[in-house]
Amino acid sequence: MYPEELKYTEDHEWVRVEDGKAYVGVTHYAQEQLGDIVFVELPDLDEEFEMGDTFGVVESVKTVSDLFMPLSGKVVEINEDLEDSPEVVNEDPHGAGWIIAIELSDKSQLDQLMDSETYKKTLE
Amino acid sequence: MNHQFLPNNEASRKEMLESIGLSSIEELFGCCIPEQVRFKGELDLPEPLSEMEARRLLTQIANVNRPASSMVSFLGGGVADHYIPAAIDHIVSRSEFYTAYTPYQAEVSQGTLQNIFEFQTLICMLTGMDVANASMYDGASALAEGVLMASATTRLDKIVISQTVNPQYRETVQTYAQATGLEVVEIPHKEGLTDVEAMGEEVDDQTAAIVFQNPNFFGQVEDPFPISELKEKGKKTLLISVVDPISLGVLVPPGDYDCDIALGEGQPLGNPVSFGGPHLGFFAATQKLVRKMPGRLIGQTKDVDGQRGFVMTLQTREQHIRRHRATSNICTNQALNALAAAAYLNLMGKEGLQEVAQHCLQKANYLKEKIAALPGYTVPFEGPSFKEFVVKANRPFTSIQEKMVDRGFLPGIHLQPYYEGMEDWFLVCVTESRTRDELDRFAAGLEGV
Repeated sequence: MYPEELKYTEDHEWVRVEDGKAYVGVTHYAQEQLGDIVFVELPDLDEEFEMGDTFGVVESVKTVSDLFMPLSGKVVEINEDLEDSPEVVNEDPHGAGWIIAIELSDKSQLDQLMDSETYKKTLE
Repeated sequence: MNHQFLPNNEASRKEMLESIGLSSIEELFGCCIPEQVRFKGELDLPEPLSEMEARRLLTQIANVNRPASSMVSFLGGGVADHYIPAAIDHIVSRSEFYTAYTPYQAEVSQGTLQNIFEFQTLICMLTGMDVANASMYDGASALAEGVLMASATTRLDKIVISQTVNPQYRETVQTYAQATGLEVVEIPHKEGLTDVEAMGEEVDDQTAAIVFQNPNFFGQVEDPFPISELKEKGKKTLLISVVDPISLGVLVPPGDYDCDIALGEGQPLGNPVSFGGPHLGFFAATQKLVRKMPGRLIGQTKDVDGQRGFVMTLQTREQHIRRHRATSNICTNQALNALAAAAYLNLMGKEGLQEVAQHCLQKANYLKEKIAALPGYTVPFEGPSFKEFVVKANRPFTSIQEKMVDRGFLPGIHLQPYYEGMEDWFLVCVTESRTRDELDRFAAGLEGV
């Protein structure tokens, strides 16, 4: 359920480092807790955030939740498909439901994230 | 005490006390309210009155008031004595509308929801904006919410606001800003207009919003285009316009000058002045900002049989959903007032509203010229004005006011508490309700006092 190549945060976000970029999304657990997602508010390209900053918002039928930066960096890609099909986050949270990609400003922060095993334990 | 309208009597009180093991009300209070905060002794009240006596007394007290309806009112500043067609009272007094509270359950509230939908549509047509919400408390709270929304959208904290914006609205903004950590920069007016140059110097890449009012608090018509262009000096800066809905019958709508949030006081649309409230605020924005809008939005949809229906469509920003992360504090709207506003706009129609605006414009300017020609009075600000204008007297305004009230006129708002150096300056508002005879008598009265 929680791919081993991903890193995880306590705020239930995941990170996948690929081609020097870090893709960010919410975990299966998060989408399940939120319920049917109806809107994802994305940041602008080139916006810079610190680790822990709010970079967007997910709205589901039952709640609204902030998205927190798992790492510091600059937004280099946003998943525009989510504007019309936010439900992709429910359907494929760790894949097509990615939210943004960032250029990391401090790679060492990756060490502060959890691996799949550790994350799974926090959910128990 | 036994009373015909109080359901509890001595016997039932005794029974309730006994069931909790007490013998008197005194004992009940004694056990729970600390001694030092308890009132001791008897309340100093007169003997009870009969219903007839009470009514006589209250009528006497009420008669000391000088209600606007019994005076010739030149009071404005956002709330003005516009004519209210009789049909509006009839519509808002229907119990289906009048008695319902937060009627958002689509199954039982189609009438209310449809009306709010119509209100939103009418506000969009009037302002030229894409979306409008179900209404706010009043113009001042609408502006404060607009400022919060701009800050939440841009994630910036600096608000640049012209001092020609209603001073009470600015005070409300300051109150909200204080608690949310916004930096509010006020730009002093320049001869009654927004100082566009000075405003431009304050707009930078940290600026969340530029705020101006049109017509401004002094009644002067601003040129919105150069103010709107100041947005380019910022990075994500939004433009917020405070507008008088009646003025939009003759003035350029916010949608035509790249405004992001248009809002204002809705009282002029079919709502009585009634001692300052309840009124309503209207709030409109661009489609791009719809998810950040405070309050609630009603939308049109289809029911299971494919028939047209209405539902609450968006209310995501409110505190009962977002809790401590809510960007807005408003969890309600002014449905009955919005009903009156929608009924007003529907009754007037496009041409009717233009006519009302034309009457205000012409009558106000007629009186402005008359007063400017009076000895002892000047009209200090040049340039076009809509339904309000500023007058400067060469003697104490308070005494002018007192004498004019005795003659049955409410002469206007004293500007001294709001602006430095405007000691005997006052703001006169002329609506379509004023007759030529009233205007002539008012001018003659001013000359004589």
